[in-house]
Amino acid sequence: MSVVIEVVGLRKSYDDVVAVDNISFEVHEGEIFGMVGPNGAGKTTTIECIEGLRQRDSGNVNLFGVDPDVSHSKLAERIGIQLQESALPARIRVREAMSLFGSFYASQADSDELLDRLGLTEKRSASFSKLSGGQKQRLFIALALINRPEVVFFDELTTGLDPQARRAMWDLVRQIRDEGHTVFLTTHFMEEAERLCDRVLILDRGKIVALDTPEALISSLEMEKRIVLTLPSAPDKLPLSDLPQVDRIEHSGDRVVVYGHGERFAGPVITALEHAGIDFLDVRTEQPNLDDVFLALTGREMRE
Amino acid sequence: MRGLLQLTIMSFKLYLREPIATFFTLAFPPLLVLLFGAMYGNNPEPMYGGYGTMDITMPAYTALILGTIGLLGIPITTSGYRELGVLRRFRATPMRPLTYIAADLLTNLTMTLLGMAILIGVGWALYRVRFEGQVLSVFVAVVFSGLTMFAIGYLIASLAPGARTAQVIGMVIFYPMMFLSGASVPLEVMPEGVRRISDFLPLTHVVTLLRGLWFGEAWGEHLTEVIILGGILVVGAALAARFFRWE
Repeated sequence: MSVVIEVVGLRKSYDDVVAVDNISFEVHEGEIFGMVGPNGAGKTTTIECIEGLRQRDSGNVNLFGVDPDVSHSKLAERIGIQLQESALPARIRVREAMSLFGSFYASQADSDELLDRLGLTEKRSASFSKLSGGQKQRLFIALALINRPEVVFFDELTTGLDPQARRAMWDLVRQIRDEGHTVFLTTHFMEEAERLCDRVLILDRGKIVALDTPEALISSLEMEKRIVLTLPSAPDKLPLSDLPQVDRIEHSGDRVVVYGHGERFAGPVITALEHAGIDFLDVRTEQPNLDDVFLALTGREMRE
Repeated sequence: MRGLLQLTIMSFKLYLREPIATFFTLAFPPLLVLLFGAMYGNNPEPMYGGYGTMDITMPAYTALILGTIGLLGIPITTSGYRELGVLRRFRATPMRPLTYIAADLLTNLTMTLLGMAILIGVGWALYRVRFEGQVLSVFVAVVFSGLTMFAIGYLIASLAPGARTAQVIGMVIFYPMMFLSGASVPLEVMPEGVRRISDFLPLTHVVTLLRGLWFGEAWGEHLTEVIILGGILVVGAALAARFFRWE
């Protein structure tokens, strides 16, 4: 897979505070690359150094093999940017914003189709100031796609959206990737990174803590998985301790927690219970997630 | 300069959608004509070199429009756009900063000319105001004076930390000038002491230059104004360019 973004030894500080401390990574063509970390980890600084909106102190950044500090306008033609904080003039209307921003680029997408995909068709004639937070966010995404960019940058894409809108946004980002765009996003929602990204870079205090696929990051923890069962009439001895995947069992009343490991862990446990004719009500499996990864690697909880 | 035309047209539309800015640019000067015309009429006055009060208010109110746009409109809009992140969003496109400034200048000059047209239209319809200069010459003087006032406006926007401060600075500079420069009240009716202060106000020189050319005087007779305004333009634009921030 070819490399579209290459970052080597990037450093940036504001006065005495080091925001990004000597980080290096690559983003591949056609992937959803996510940068996660708590607020203040240096995500926005990193993404804006790549976009050419902020000048780095040292290190190298290449976008399509070009330094964004050297040729901003040329690169801006090939990328789409959704900024974490920005606005449009209060009285500009949605369709006017689309055609105005379209006029800045050599290549233009169909703005009606974009508005349709983002559910803004009914808001075409609405002023920017009359849009809700979610609608503004969707308009900014439409604007980021107006030039059919090769790489799209989303900085805190779903902040301020309700869970339903967030999920719809994830589907949209996957679609964008499937159409051949490369997506670079930042988020402070671990769940978002886990569900959406092909590869995740965990950033903390300006340094890279880990970089891999979400699955690899989670399995690298080698954490125990848990199955939580409700057994109304549980025998004292469950036929589970002999299973090779099971490490230990905890009883508390009719609630039983089975700890174990292995990729297929739940299956044998359920099968064994059914074989023994033991009735069980709820089954819930609990897997480690990226929050656990962050906790294990930094010793601190991710805070939203 | 891709996007210049679209951005200019859009800025122009957005300007017209701001009721307060539009009122002060397009409606306020003609309203002053109605008010002061009713009070003073347009009879020739020896004090004004034989011109009527309404005759001399035409170039004066033109200067008033330039002052309003340059010292209030531009600082408030520009610093507001910066504060909200509108400028940041523009910067994330291939549009060049110079295109943005050019579109803003074109919009504000067009608004000035539109305001002038309405002002002169009302003045002509009611009082048959006199014009004895050359259209091209006055046009050049309006653009030149406009750029000078706009440069001060961009400088205020560049130095002010936020939109509120920019507004306050603009008002503090504009309101004394409005009354003491001859842009709204002719300096001829002012006491001597006030007129000495007036010499230090940039807008006074705009009023003098425009009035002179309006009634057929030559540029050569107004070298003082040209030098003072030209100096403000060069220094103001240089400082504004030096201190301008996109975020």
